[in-house]
Amino acid sequence: MTANTHPAYSRRAILETISRLWAWLFLLGMVVFFSIAGNGFLTPFNLQAILANMAILTIIALGQTYVIISGGIDLSVGWVMGMAAVISATIMNSWPESTPMWLIVVSGLVVGLIAAWIAGLVNGVLIARLNVPPFIATLGMFGIARGIGFLLSGGMPVPIYVKGLGFLGNGFLFYYHPTAGWSFLTPPAGLVQSDLRNMTGYFPFIVIVMLVMLLLAHIVLSRTTFGLHTYAIGGNKEAAMRAGIPVARRTAAIYMLSATFAAIAGLLYNVRFTNGAANAGEAMLLDTVAAVVIGGASLFGGAGTVIGTLIGALIISVLANGLVILRVNPFWQFIAVGIVIIIAVLIDQAREKFAQE
Amino acid sequence: MNQPSVQSEPILRAVNLVKRFGGLTAVNDVSFDIYAGEVVALAGDNGAGKSTLIKMISGVYRPDGGHVYLDGKEITMASPLEARGLGIETIYQDLALCENLDATVNIFLGREPTMRLFGVFKQVDRAHMLAESTKVLNRLDIHIPNLRRPIRQMSGGQRQAVAIARALYWNARLVIMDEPTAALGVPEQRKVHELVGALKRQNVPVLLISHNLQDIFAVSDRIIVMRRGQKVGDMRTAQVTDDDLVAMMVGST
Repeated sequence: MTANTHPAYSRRAILETISRLWAWLFLLGMVVFFSIAGNGFLTPFNLQAILANMAILTIIALGQTYVIISGGIDLSVGWVMGMAAVISATIMNSWPESTPMWLIVVSGLVVGLIAAWIAGLVNGVLIARLNVPPFIATLGMFGIARGIGFLLSGGMPVPIYVKGLGFLGNGFLFYYHPTAGWSFLTPPAGLVQSDLRNMTGYFPFIVIVMLVMLLLAHIVLSRTTFGLHTYAIGGNKEAAMRAGIPVARRTAAIYMLSATFAAIAGLLYNVRFTNGAANAGEAMLLDTVAAVVIGGASLFGGAGTVIGTLIGALIISVLANGLVILRVNPFWQFIAVGIVIIIAVLIDQAREKFAQE
Repeated sequence: MNQPSVQSEPILRAVNLVKRFGGLTAVNDVSFDIYAGEVVALAGDNGAGKSTLIKMISGVYRPDGGHVYLDGKEITMASPLEARGLGIETIYQDLALCENLDATVNIFLGREPTMRLFGVFKQVDRAHMLAESTKVLNRLDIHIPNLRRPIRQMSGGQRQAVAIARALYWNARLVIMDEPTAALGVPEQRKVHELVGALKRQNVPVLLISHNLQDIFAVSDRIIVMRRGQKVGDMRTAQVTDDDLVAMMVGST
């Protein structure tokens, strides 16, 4: 390398690095901006609230990540989540009052999962065996799950009458009260109603569930053959088939995985809001695809990561939270997220050009 | 050209192969042998039956008549995957690589080595894949600077090298190459010629389909000529000229 070419070379390296890390930088920039401009953004309470509010979105987006990396798309996630939420809620309501909490929750989860797996299996078989384009197959399931959810719930949200369920969905691992001190899992004993206002919780359960899901999804995608095959199928399906990868089986499994995450998200919605609504996941389709794409996945398949999706979900959630704190009309959120998606795709294309050169 | 020594057993022996499509006999009673370390070019005009013949050996088509022997044992293949299992590797024109993945993953795709992670997950053993990939590429005398780069960022010659390394690593008994230089520039074509030479040095026979006479004369030891479904020539490359070959291909002798 001569001294002459060096500056241009390093400038390209810098551009390359920026294009790779832009999502992190964007997130950091937003956090700094909202911390300065917004009152009460940078508090433990608010940051926890951001994480708790993004849990459902993030978990569904994990499934969407696998699907998009494999070269498909799952349009049905939001309504499969709603359908699972309605079914779980109905089952949880059907137990007598003396039933232990864990049994109620597990039964709700299992039944929700079974319902979602049927939806995921149908998606998978249509796409993998009958060669229906993912867009069409999951669009069909979008309508079917939506209809089933509304039919089962009579078009109304299903309130869940299980005592203590809301605590599970909105509880924390640790509690702190200025006078009563720290406590684990339950609020400090002996506090009267008026004292509870001064109490702070740390580590919401729902955030812990999200983190566990993130970790599992990350390990499977980045380290196992299943994850590797997901990338291979998205990169070159024909080559994957010739290499002996059971492409149809893997593809079906990927759509079932997506449905699994949707069912888990449905149950989290149940315990957080103590009701199950067919339209609980109405906003999820756009937001999950946005999170995955902002996270660097390609809609043509073959690229994407769980960490990227996490950043995408963080950007969407921080944006939503920050705009509320700045008292901006919430409809601006849609515009802001839309702009970020377009920027993400443009940067991705520019990066591809760098790599080709 | 070095003559393959007189060997008792050919690696591959095709006997009286026939393939019909309706009333058309695409391959009519074709027999040939391929010996270890030999590069055999399959020449012929469009529609001469080259591809059909190859597809019967790579497991895509079932012959309507005739037999295929590998290492002296008769084989039948229901799919290309089965043919690969037996050691017949076909390198297609498009190379069948996942361009979003790196060279090591492509070499091991579908047969990834794993190790236990926390006793639960079967983790892909990337270190093993890298070490083995480096070894096999060294055997082929190929030096790719960074094996962890996606194939997308590699040159045409490097991609071909990865495809060939994959075949060699999995102990191919016979490598079939379908128009390997069709989409390549001149320097890259030379790379492919070197790669064929490297396979030959590993004693792996290569069956090469090509339209390109330069290819054929640069790398092959023997040429089999097809015309209208029949074998019309089988001779040492050193003993023919371009003109002879073209004459045989078009049938104007």
